[in-house]
Amino acid sequence: MAAPVSACPACDAAHIAEETAGKGYAGNGGEAQRIILSLPTAHCAACIVGVERGLATQPGVRSARVNLTLKRATVETDQGVEAQDLADYLTGIGYEAYELDAGVLSSTETDKRSRDLMMRMGVAFFGMMNVMLLSVAVWSGAAEATRDLFHWVSAAIALPIVAFSAQPFFKNAWGSLRVGRLNMDVPISLAIILAAGMSVYETANSGQHAYFDAALSLTFFLLAGRFLDHRTRAVARSAAEELAALEVPRAHKIVDGEEVVVPVAELAIGDVVRVTPGNRVPVDGMVEEGESEVDRSLLTGESLPVFAGPGEMLNAGEVNLTGPLLIRVAAAGKDTALHRMADLVAIAETSRNKYTSLADKAAAIYAPAVHLLALGAFVAWLVVTGGDVRVAMNIAVAVLIITCPCALGLAVPAVTTAASGRLFKRGMLLKSATAMERLAEVDHVVFDKTGTLTEGDPKLDNLGDHSEADLAIAGALAQGSSHPLAHAISTAVREAGIMPAVVREVREIPGYGIEAMVGNDQVQLGRAEWLGAASIVRTATYLKIGKRPAVAFTFTDALREGAAEAVTALKAQGCKVTLISGDAPAAVQDVAFRLGIEDYRAGMLPEGKVAALEELSEAGATVLMVGDGLNDTAALAAAHVSISPASALEAARVVSDIVLLGRTLEPLGDALATSRKATKRIKENFAISAGYNVIAIPIALLGFATPLAAALAMSLSSITVSLNALRLKGRVK
Amino acid sequence: MNVLMFLIPISIFLGSLGLLFFFWTLKSKQYDDPEGDARRILSGLYDDAPPED
Repeated sequence: MAAPVSACPACDAAHIAEETAGKGYAGNGGEAQRIILSLPTAHCAACIVGVERGLATQPGVRSARVNLTLKRATVETDQGVEAQDLADYLTGIGYEAYELDAGVLSSTETDKRSRDLMMRMGVAFFGMMNVMLLSVAVWSGAAEATRDLFHWVSAAIALPIVAFSAQPFFKNAWGSLRVGRLNMDVPISLAIILAAGMSVYETANSGQHAYFDAALSLTFFLLAGRFLDHRTRAVARSAAEELAALEVPRAHKIVDGEEVVVPVAELAIGDVVRVTPGNRVPVDGMVEEGESEVDRSLLTGESLPVFAGPGEMLNAGEVNLTGPLLIRVAAAGKDTALHRMADLVAIAETSRNKYTSLADKAAAIYAPAVHLLALGAFVAWLVVTGGDVRVAMNIAVAVLIITCPCALGLAVPAVTTAASGRLFKRGMLLKSATAMERLAEVDHVVFDKTGTLTEGDPKLDNLGDHSEADLAIAGALAQGSSHPLAHAISTAVREAGIMPAVVREVREIPGYGIEAMVGNDQVQLGRAEWLGAASIVRTATYLKIGKRPAVAFTFTDALREGAAEAVTALKAQGCKVTLISGDAPAAVQDVAFRLGIEDYRAGMLPEGKVAALEELSEAGATVLMVGDGLNDTAALAAAHVSISPASALEAARVVSDIVLLGRTLEPLGDALATSRKATKRIKENFAISAGYNVIAIPIALLGFATPLAAALAMSLSSITVSLNALRLKGRVK
Repeated sequence: MNVLMFLIPISIFLGSLGLLFFFWTLKSKQYDDPEGDARRILSGLYDDAPPED
């Protein structure tokens, strides 16, 4: 890659990173591959430098570049460098990072469009400023030939620029007129065209008033609104693509006894895939060989692992825990239970798409009102002046221009840009355009438990009940296993400062537990049935030493970071909080108690969750659903608005309006506060532009409006509206 | 009055120079990461910084 000629330090930062990388790079001059990483927590200069430098030290990395706006790093590497290793490395040095599927990301399209809008905006600004310069001369008293000259020069600048810059409005307006509908672009286009056309006519007849500057500033301000709107959506869209790209779909297929890594999309029914412990099952299928336990929490909400052996059916999305499994594919890709669920959800979603946003409501009132008013003015002045078309037309155009569609055009995008930018900084991604308004209406929040309020990651809670010798043995047994309960035991034992005992002949029996020898005694750690112990209702595993009866190790699920803060903040803002889970009552009760949630239901099936939500909304509540599993997807789609964490299954993220990019739940409280503020600001902005119109319209109707008055009204209202929106950027509380 | 014959073209010419520069910044993708570029000036990685060791 050739170093580009650069004028900014930023470009050189990348260049330096590139050079640094070159030093540690040992040849292999083949084609570079591009790896994209998501960095949900990156937020400052130190993060940029840390990530770029850190990546540059990794072998095989040629260059690394962080884009802070998109919270993403693009890395050029040699072939064969694993994205997962880079992500793990970054997470290790303190920057949360996830691998993204570069194939899914297609940011170029949106970039092109926003560059196009920016180009038109720049041209409109150039024209506006030049024409304004000439207009100031006219307003301050240029008369006769000078004024006509200035008007002609203005026309020469304004007409081509309007024709170029206002094209997006003309296209949209024509598109909606052709199907017989009115949208905001129709009055906008009409005002621009009439202002320009009328001004040319006036100039030709050496009239006093020309509205070229108004036509141009109208175009500029509206383009600015359009651009902000587009930019917000583009960021959201690219981040949504990013989420789809989070789950890089690969599978280990067995071909003639050899393992080959293939994309999941290429798997066919009857293929055999290997799933190693710690990985997600990529397909629906039957276990051919091997015994293990699988974690179904994402699909059913059960927090306890389930046994899986030959003949057992597994579903895509489950996580294999202890032993390697060979699975014969029964359904892959679009046919898996996971995707069928997503299809069902698509139907439920359409009802939500009927939601009319505030902007649409305003446009529906505004467009006809302005047209009628202008038409009324035209007819009335025609009558009053006894048929003077020129005067009547002048006044009608003044009315169209002065009704400030630009304040209205900026009112919503300026606020949503500020608000979604704020939320994005806090690690929240708005996928739907109306999500913010719907979120503002929420008064009841329903949480899922496993994976949402809890980490889905158990912690040992009865360490004190065991003797140190038992713990030393349990710790030694647990050390070698990747089972979450074993992991919890070894962590707890290590943290208690107990040295693991010396054990021999450690053997993991997938699906059952671990056994070994201590002295002459056989020791076993595992399931109750395997040890012949009486099982208890809580999440537990059992230790049996020699002939002694087995003792139980019990676990609680650790709360997700920020869960308590989120629940408190939501309650403080007047929301009722309910916990609905598919898990066992004891576990649900425990979590509800720890978070101070009074209203909870356990053992709910997916349909039960939907029914519960419907019950709530029939009782008049507006429900926000927060969930992550497949068992939540239908509920997520049925709720008024829904949020899911980035760790959720793809199906759940797809139906959610908002996705939490980081690990913590804490931003939820801020999300609600920000969305309420944002909706308030939007309404205020409508009030402000209406207020201007109350003053401006009578003036225009009476025929006192001058181009100067129009320019003042337009700029003032646009600026007030934008400033009001910017107030959101500050502290929310 | 004649002075206008010069001043108006000159003002428009200067304005279009600005516009051309804007096109150039747009073409060289300087608006792709406003957030990051704003922060990068705080980092030590300048083009002509003395080498750090």
